[in-house]
Amino acid sequence: MPDAWTAEAHRLFKEFNIKTVGYVPDAGLTDLINSCEADNDINAVVMTTEEEGIGLSAGAWLGGDKSAVLMQSSGVGNTVNAIASIITSCQFPLFMIVTMRGQYGESNPWQIPMGQAVAPVLKSLGVHVFEVETNKEAAEAIEAGLKMAFVSNAAVAVLIGQKLIGAKSFIADVAEEVTHV
Amino acid sequence: MSDLKLNRSDVMKKIMAVRNNALVITGLGSPVWDLAASDHRPDNFYSWGGMGCAISMGLGCALAQSEKKVWVITGDGEALMGLGSLATVAAQRPSNLAVIVLDNEHYGETGMQRTHTSHGTDIAAIASGAGIQTTMTVNNPETLEGLTTALTTGLLPMVAVIKVAAGKPNLILPSRDGVYIKNQFRQAVLGATEAMHSS
Repeated sequence: MPDAWTAEAHRLFKEFNIKTVGYVPDAGLTDLINSCEADNDINAVVMTTEEEGIGLSAGAWLGGDKSAVLMQSSGVGNTVNAIASIITSCQFPLFMIVTMRGQYGESNPWQIPMGQAVAPVLKSLGVHVFEVETNKEAAEAIEAGLKMAFVSNAAVAVLIGQKLIGAKSFIADVAEEVTHV
Repeated sequence: MSDLKLNRSDVMKKIMAVRNNALVITGLGSPVWDLAASDHRPDNFYSWGGMGCAISMGLGCALAQSEKKVWVITGDGEALMGLGSLATVAAQRPSNLAVIVLDNEHYGETGMQRTHTSHGTDIAAIASGAGIQTTMTVNNPETLEGLTTALTTGLLPMVAVIKVAAGKPNLILPSRDGVYIKNQFRQAVLGATEAMHSS
């Protein structure tokens, strides 16, 4: 059963005629990535780094298509110059969904600094940031963000909080047994 | 590594002669002046920043405009900063995207420091290793002829690396206004109404 917000995100992508979805995977994005990959009307583009998503989105807009970019919070750090130099300079629309790490209940200390930096960094670049912590808030922010991006030529990031996607025990997800040395 | 190097302005004239209705997106720096000098028109997107993103922009545009060819014209330094995007292009296999790297083996805008390609890095080989089936290195008039044929009738996606001489180009400068460049490009591609009232 997909998370409620991801099903709603996919429905809204269709409603807003989103044609290209660039992503670097994150556990919290799995259902949305799968539904976009399975959708023949969406170009789902797996990328090697989140920076590519900014170029991809700008290029799609040049060609007349709307797009969304999906990433984990640490990936926001890889997008900074591309957002400032391309999106902000040229007033390209940009719609990002960022699944957060480094917040509520994080168990990997290396995630915390970038997770905490995401909102202030994006805001400093001129990106409108909507932070959400429930399925309902997420669906509303995705709809508002898509409208703002593609009608008002704005750059918008919806940050899906760790309270909503859960602070997963990443080790337990991949290992049968855990031993500490 | 061949010592033969072509003149970038001659190369651009030859390539643009077979452009037809291809949309062109440049990387920042010399490719901007090269394109403005050789074929200045509204469906050129001139990048003045965003180093490392030209190939990704080309991919996004190629996926959106599948009926037209999209050419990315960039430099070796710019391409080196976005090498991962070659793997992304390979995974998507857009049959209308050509990436043309004008490789002078130097960072032209920052004082002509040597790039990795002057130390043996081969961007065409990297593209091939990334999974792009059509790649070529152009370093003489015969291979340049092969490139113009490939751009017209060859199998895309393609990455072509053209070895060009490092030197001071004549500066033919288009507008630096990103909003203007973007809107002009969209108007040329989509028409005025769709460009301003996206459906």
